[in-house]
Amino acid sequence: MTNATPAPRKKRFWSMERKQSAAGWAFLLPATLLIVLFSFWPMFQAFLTSFKRGLPTALQYSDPLYRNYAYMLKDKVFIQSVKNTFTYLIIQVPIMLVLAIIFATLLNNRDLKFRGLFRTCIFLPCATGLVAYSMIFRTLFTYDGMVNALLMKMGVISEAINWLNDPFYAKVVIILGLIWRWTGYNMVFYLSAMQGIEYSIYEAARIDGANQVQQLFKITIPLLKPIILVTAIMSTNGTLQLFDESVNLTRGGPANMTITMSHYIYNTMFTKNPNFGYAAAMSFVILVMVAVLAAIQMKVGDKR
Amino acid sequence: MREGAISKHVSRFFMYAFLVIVSFISVFPLYWAFISSCNNTQQILGGRMIPSTHLMENLRNLFAQQDVLTALKNSFATTLLQVVLSLAISSIAGYGFEIYHDKWKDRVMSVLMLAMMVPFVAVLVPLFQLFSKMGLLNTWVAFFLPSLATPFLIMYFRNSARTFPKDTIEAARIDGLNEFQIFVRMFVPMMKPTYAAAATITFMNAWNSYLWPKVIMQTSNATTMPMLVSNLMGGYVIDYGVVMAGVTICSLPTVIIFFCLQKSFTNAVAGAVK
Repeated sequence: MTNATPAPRKKRFWSMERKQSAAGWAFLLPATLLIVLFSFWPMFQAFLTSFKRGLPTALQYSDPLYRNYAYMLKDKVFIQSVKNTFTYLIIQVPIMLVLAIIFATLLNNRDLKFRGLFRTCIFLPCATGLVAYSMIFRTLFTYDGMVNALLMKMGVISEAINWLNDPFYAKVVIILGLIWRWTGYNMVFYLSAMQGIEYSIYEAARIDGANQVQQLFKITIPLLKPIILVTAIMSTNGTLQLFDESVNLTRGGPANMTITMSHYIYNTMFTKNPNFGYAAAMSFVILVMVAVLAAIQMKVGDKR
Repeated sequence: MREGAISKHVSRFFMYAFLVIVSFISVFPLYWAFISSCNNTQQILGGRMIPSTHLMENLRNLFAQQDVLTALKNSFATTLLQVVLSLAISSIAGYGFEIYHDKWKDRVMSVLMLAMMVPFVAVLVPLFQLFSKMGLLNTWVAFFLPSLATPFLIMYFRNSARTFPKDTIEAARIDGLNEFQIFVRMFVPMMKPTYAAAATITFMNAWNSYLWPKVIMQTSNATTMPMLVSNLMGGYVIDYGVVMAGVTICSLPTVIIFFCLQKSFTNAVAGAVK
């Protein structure tokens, strides 16, 4: 009689499982290294640089360390850029998301004719580059341009509006541009999520006498809540980084009244006296704002 | 009963009218830019809605003012390189994260996803310093290197790898394929629609990127199309016909892709959150 318990099979170091796991690591390694090298590492570097002052070639830690951050509170242009960016954020993002939900609701109706055509049209602005559309809007809204001519012909205004050189109207143009460019983009998210909702729910609701508005608030929005949260976070993130429109549509003008934070950071980096430390400090403030606003949105989105 | 039917017709009429107006506003700026590339400044500012005969003149002036061919070459080269390389790197990573997932790989994945929240401006200063130290300013490599691996693409491919049948992998292993061969010969061909979608959105993003190229592509030899278009409004006297010709050339590739691959593009836009 031999011993009943079989001798434990010696596991080879390179077992099938280990081999496969190693292959997995090898597959994800290049991308992981790239993201660490070009995202996380520079973020850490930016944090260090934000405490430094001096020429780009001779950056030194400032005394006191928080000097760049303290300077922000006195820097009128920076404060104006924060105000501008938040004006865009608070006015444009809600309008855009509400419009996107309305368009998606209308287009989700299966009885609607030309659905595909409408969707293509509303989505088309996404095929336009940010610089390209900024140029188009700049041309449309220039003082002797088409929008003024049209509005005067229609009798809406009696005198041409100096759209791009008026602090208020220049912001209006940027907000109009952003809404034009991004509403269709967000609509596609909602449409795709709505296709995941059983259509029979709507049919049942209609039989029960629920009208379009009731269906929207009682069925669509509650079920779409996660995706609305995602689009809100993405739009917030994007708006806080606004650059192309500020540079090309209004040039930040008049007198920095439309300049965004990213635009000002760029200007700080590439002027006669570049100040990398201060630019890094301001960019770090954007990072914190993105994180805080995302956290708030998630918190609010969770409760509802 | 009769009244209800009438109000239904009325509301339907308003719905269609609304959608027609919205569609018109959506399409109009791009349509107008395209036809305006055939018009002169006077016609453009006057609001002419149909093309005239100034296209060749505008193009001639544009090519005389700016090195369009160099910008086109730079834009196409950098964009195509970015599409090919980032799809390769991100898709194999997404595949690796999903197929071989274990506790540690999942953790690495969630850390990488945090990078999605890092605004690009927040890393602009150190990246610029890094690339100038490496002597990569004004090179194609500098254009695409920072955005080769994106959390978005990795997640997109990870989600699609979820639908890749495990049986296929087992069968391929029994047939003697190694892990990399399984990815190249089984996964890639099966996921063609995913690759098409990822390619369209990467092309759009790369072609239109502006801030980063503006920072690192500083010489006129390294200009890309969006930068060239931006330069067209620099002077005191603006030739709007030339501007619109530039806008049209810059927008054509993405508009063509939009119309040819709209389904792929839509899938990619919405696919990230599935």
